[in-house]
Amino acid sequence: MTETVDIVVNGEPRAVAQGLTLLELLQSLDLDPRAVIVEHNRAIVRRPALGAVRVVRGDAIELVHFVGGG
Amino acid sequence: MTTAVELVRDVPFAIGGRTFHSRLMVGTGKYRNNETMVRAVEASGAEIVTVAVRRVNLDRREQEGILYHLDPKKYFLLANTAGCYTAEDAIRYALLAREAGFNEFVKLEVIGDQETLLPDVQGLLAAATILVKEGFKVLAYTNEDLVTARRLEDAGCAAVMPLASPIGSGLGLLNPYGVRTIKRRLKVPVVVDAGVGTASDACLTMEQGVDGILMNTALAAAQDPVAMAHAMRLAVEAGRAAYLAGRMPRREVAMPSSPLEGMLD
Repeated sequence: MTETVDIVVNGEPRAVAQGLTLLELLQSLDLDPRAVIVEHNRAIVRRPALGAVRVVRGDAIELVHFVGGG
Repeated sequence: MTTAVELVRDVPFAIGGRTFHSRLMVGTGKYRNNETMVRAVEASGAEIVTVAVRRVNLDRREQEGILYHLDPKKYFLLANTAGCYTAEDAIRYALLAREAGFNEFVKLEVIGDQETLLPDVQGLLAAATILVKEGFKVLAYTNEDLVTARRLEDAGCAAVMPLASPIGSGLGLLNPYGVRTIKRRLKVPVVVDAGVGTASDACLTMEQGVDGILMNTALAAAQDPVAMAHAMRLAVEAGRAAYLAGRMPRREVAMPSSPLEGMLD
């Protein structure tokens, strides 16, 4: 059984596998890394680094994209 | 089709070192569906289209990102900081938007009042100053106050965007003098943003000599957004052409157009 850690994604609490990378998090959410901008504890994580950053307990992650606006 | 603008000598419409063919910019929000939005944007002839930065909806997939509908190779995407009430938030949104990798332009909004959505000019100037230092080409949404507009220019903004009237109000150009004065006094492009309701508003706005107009609700909330987009395209061209042509002076008394001579006894 994999250990889980509690993190917050887009304001919602989530339990994810310990040691999960941000890239794996996106994949688990069925999101295309090319179409999403990732902010990890208020710092932007560039696309090439997504596979190298692992989430730890209490992390706050924002996943944003472009929507219609004026 | 030969447009009116092609018949008169005009200068290129350039912002932040980039040249654009249309003086009409359009937003992509509030359309009843994506298909209507895409068709309206197309009919408007706009090259610059604005988009907003928001959280990905993790539960419902129908709210897809706009890039699934709008071809980013065909349009120049101008991200906004709509919904931000502090300089800090606006900077955060601008940085996220730049990370999408399209360009370093941002339509900077720092809102100061929920009812009118009028700008917080202190926050706006603070955010603009920082974003310019960060290498952004800042297009600053502001009110029609000349002094603020000049400070935004001094801060290094690539364009200043005074409102015609409050966002989404459709009240038209409430202060032609203010907008005209800003245009006359600034060197950077002046693009009127927000408040245009129908084609005559767009035409009147362009007749003040401003460089362009950005609109969203006037199209999205029209009965037929695609037809209104077409109307706005013509209105912006007509207003620009009329400005370049130079209007006749206003007079308080009539002057006959037909000869006074040759009348019958």
